[in-house]
Amino acid sequence: MITKENMRILAKSMIALDTIEMVLENKYISQTALPGQFLHIFLEGKTLRRPISIADIDKEMGTVTILFKVVGSGTKQLASYEPGREIDVLGPSGNGFQITEEDSTVLLIGGGIGVPPMYYLGKTLAKQNKKVISILGFQTKANVFYEEKFNQLGYTFIVTNDGSYGEKGFVTDVFHKVGDFDRYYSCGPLPMLKTVTNELNGKPGFISLEERMGCGVGACFACVIPSKDDKGYKKICSDGPVFDAREVSL
Amino acid sequence: MNKLAVNLPGLHLKNPIMPASGCFGFGREYSEFYDLSKLGAIMMKAATAEMRFGNGTPRVAETTAGMLNAIGLQNPGVKEIIENEVPFLANFDTNIIANIAGSTIEEYEMVAKMFNETNDVHALELNISCPNVKEGGIQFGTDPKMAAKVTSVVKEASNLPVYVKLSPNVPDITRMAKAVEEAGADGLSMINTLTGMQIDLRSKRPLLANKTGGLSGPAIKPVAIRMIYEVKQHVSIPIIGMGGVNTAEDVLEFLLAGASAVAVGTANFANPFVCSEIIDELPETLKKYGFDTALDAVGKAVME
Repeated sequence: MITKENMRILAKSMIALDTIEMVLENKYISQTALPGQFLHIFLEGKTLRRPISIADIDKEMGTVTILFKVVGSGTKQLASYEPGREIDVLGPSGNGFQITEEDSTVLLIGGGIGVPPMYYLGKTLAKQNKKVISILGFQTKANVFYEEKFNQLGYTFIVTNDGSYGEKGFVTDVFHKVGDFDRYYSCGPLPMLKTVTNELNGKPGFISLEERMGCGVGACFACVIPSKDDKGYKKICSDGPVFDAREVSL
Repeated sequence: MNKLAVNLPGLHLKNPIMPASGCFGFGREYSEFYDLSKLGAIMMKAATAEMRFGNGTPRVAETTAGMLNAIGLQNPGVKEIIENEVPFLANFDTNIIANIAGSTIEEYEMVAKMFNETNDVHALELNISCPNVKEGGIQFGTDPKMAAKVTSVVKEASNLPVYVKLSPNVPDITRMAKAVEEAGADGLSMINTLTGMQIDLRSKRPLLANKTGGLSGPAIKPVAIRMIYEVKQHVSIPIIGMGGVNTAEDVLEFLLAGASAVAVGTANFANPFVCSEIIDELPETLKKYGFDTALDAVGKAVME
């Protein structure tokens, strides 16, 4: 259940170009959040909260790690917050990834700032002794992060659009090298998700969507996406952000 | 004696605070945060005759001291709202105000009739000021004759008190207010959002899929205060004020300008507890500025 919590910033570091990793301490959220859920973060002076996905959780330490890219005034402000400070967070928000017990091999496909939620998911899946294969796409070498961490979960392909690191191209360009898998999980920019779901059409998969949000709890109808059920739409913040790849129309 | 109580046509409010239409859905999500019985009233999200999907995304954009939205009146349709949402809200000890919208006068009439047949709705808020739909909504809100016409049709169609929600996107809001008062409106609700636009520097295109959106939040509060102050001097029906309310001090400012009750909109997004917190703080704020009751403050800035 979503509650309003104070989270103390324990650590902050820049792990790639304009990409900040922040470790937050909070008992309730660290004990209850699932892979794929997000935090809705209040920033002083801002009208709207910022939705940031959960990248990792350490239940023993009671910490939640988030990764975000500095793209606008809100993320710039968050990036300026120093360890020791407390931030006001609504969370854990949204629904996480569904994990299927019978799966033995899973494919993670993350693009850019869609990579972070893949990490906590991958860690959770690897703990259940599933074989984890990851494809991580970035624009360029300077954007690459978490390569080592994903390597520890299983075989990891790094793809950069300009070929400055790893394979050149898009995440879909290495699909032919992956081999068989039971299910895929993906998060990234919409054009990437469209291509991924098209190319993997027929394969069971879950995708995590992002959109500009208002309330973040399902009340304002800002972040809707057309769906294939009778109702015709889903709310990304409260029905998602994770959806079965077959239930929404990208 | 309850010092926050306010009586308006059809509404016996335990306090003058209510969430504004469109910012609180049908209450379900916020009922997880606090007991909605604490609220003076709840203004439901707009209802149309049929289900509406609304506009494309992005539908919201943050601005300096506010935000733009262009949801496009997405709602499940009046029938579904009456069957599933009104009964849920009726579990709470509060007043339910149904916001009604339409593309034609006939649609407003039909939606008003349907709410009239339920026993749980206490008042109608006539939405003639939504800036985000192509047809209806604001066309009724910018022409005094059309506004008067739709008001009298809705009054005729239902026994419920009707609060007409006015648009600030007009040259003379007092003229609109007087037109709907003459047509039988029981109260006014003001203001709706101001039409605005944001251009995305990367795409070099309007950021919102609808291109334009309604500006809300603290940025529009001075506009709302000015318009309520003006209108208060020319009408005798009560005003429910709204526009950028964040704090109990803001509420007092609206009361002083002439509002008898105050709706809180955009502030719910950053702080889901905001209505509840304002209700807790209001008695102290009133006292601090020399008022015994909320009613004592109403229109004080207007009186000579």
